[in-house]
Amino acid sequence: MSYDKRVDGRGFDELRKMEAKVGVIPRADGSAYFSMGGTSAYAAVYGPRQTYPKFLQDPSKGVLRCHYAMMPFSGAGDRVRPGPNRRAKEISLVTTNALLPAIDLHEFPNAIVDVFISLPETDAGSRCAGICAASLALADAGIPMTELVGAVAVGRVDDKVVVDLCYDEEAYEEGEVADIPVAMLYNKGEISLLQMDGKISKDMLLEALERAKKALTFIHDVQVKALKERFKQVENIE
Amino acid sequence: MSEIKIKNKDIVVPGEELAEGMDFIPSGAAYRVKDKIFSNRVGLVQVDGRIVKVIPLNGKYNPERNDVVIGKIVDILMSGWRIDLISPYEGVLNIRDASDRFIKKGEDLTRFFQIGDWIMAKVTNVTTQKLVDLTTKGYGLGKLEPGRIIKVSPYKVPRIIGKKGSMMRMITKATDCKINVGQNGIIWISGSPDQEILVAKVIKLIEEEAHISGLTARIKEFLEKETGKKIEEGD
Repeated sequence: MSYDKRVDGRGFDELRKMEAKVGVIPRADGSAYFSMGGTSAYAAVYGPRQTYPKFLQDPSKGVLRCHYAMMPFSGAGDRVRPGPNRRAKEISLVTTNALLPAIDLHEFPNAIVDVFISLPETDAGSRCAGICAASLALADAGIPMTELVGAVAVGRVDDKVVVDLCYDEEAYEEGEVADIPVAMLYNKGEISLLQMDGKISKDMLLEALERAKKALTFIHDVQVKALKERFKQVENIE
Repeated sequence: MSEIKIKNKDIVVPGEELAEGMDFIPSGAAYRVKDKIFSNRVGLVQVDGRIVKVIPLNGKYNPERNDVVIGKIVDILMSGWRIDLISPYEGVLNIRDASDRFIKKGEDLTRFFQIGDWIMAKVTNVTTQKLVDLTTKGYGLGKLEPGRIIKVSPYKVPRIIGKKGSMMRMITKATDCKINVGQNGIIWISGSPDQEILVAKVIKLIEEEAHISGLTARIKEFLEKETGKKIEEGD
């Protein structure tokens, strides 16, 4: 049996509904909200500020520190235990690494930029939503960055290559599933995050990455629109 | 062939392509990759002849030499004071630069500045590692008397000061308050309490509407309405 209709009725390279908003947390230096379908992420940026603990500081450039956290009520009904666990620590690390190639902290030696990502609801693709939100929040905070970073999950369900998997697809039981979160720098075309859960053939992987690229240009447009919306008041200038 | 991709005074976002070709020169928060120019901040583009400049709209204060700043004493060191500038970096005021009077070794430094005092200082030097040296020698510098402190985005400070200080002069004249503006976005106001509140309100208004045209006229109208007196143009 083949997978000829997606569980939520989307086309095979159709994304879920994307929504982005910048400047949602007034107290933070920069903040953003990003949602893809049933997954939504808030990101708040504080800094550059003094580095604590001191041993983290780097005299040659600033340090980026991301913190990923799912809210207790964000799962499918079970309470998610708050606090850092193995998974959250790993995602914090890969998020930092995904954003780092795009941001330039040479102007801020010994300082640190903190990014806090919180997810009020999750339906697969949470690290991708987190990266999209964090990238917008960093731009909102005025951190020098060569470009925005976007992320999306691609993969295969049974015999089909799909884009932006939801949880029901990740948990599909009648065939093989592969879930591949991809983060990319649009201008350079560089991939800064590539993980995989499951099995996939080489041909399908290449096909999936091609589709990720296409999906990411769409996500980039959503991000740019949200950022410009935030500074719109500035647009009716003299 | 060189080509400009944006309009003058557009809002740009990081990674947005501004121009193509070697005839343009990036400035401010713009950078070049091969023959293309991109922005690396959220900012306002200014195209002036061949120069494509991006003026950032947000961010923290990054100390620069000769800036006049307002800061708070947070610590007393062996030979000076440490000053919080609401920036990633703290400033250091050495006793040598604190007073014209000779300060003896081992003298009680709290006789000059106490922890929690606000001071107006000038940045004398910033090293590559962002060690910030300050001085309080000079006209208008030194300890600030009790007043009201408000904080704004350092990127809005030029608008609050106005062209050659015009905005500041207008507010001072209308409210009879003494106002000091630090480049780091800290503003000190001293006057009668209700006027201080009015100044704080006006400054918040400027910060919010800094980029909408006709700012000076609107602020003037607002001040006239609030104070009930006419503000004369000029000087």
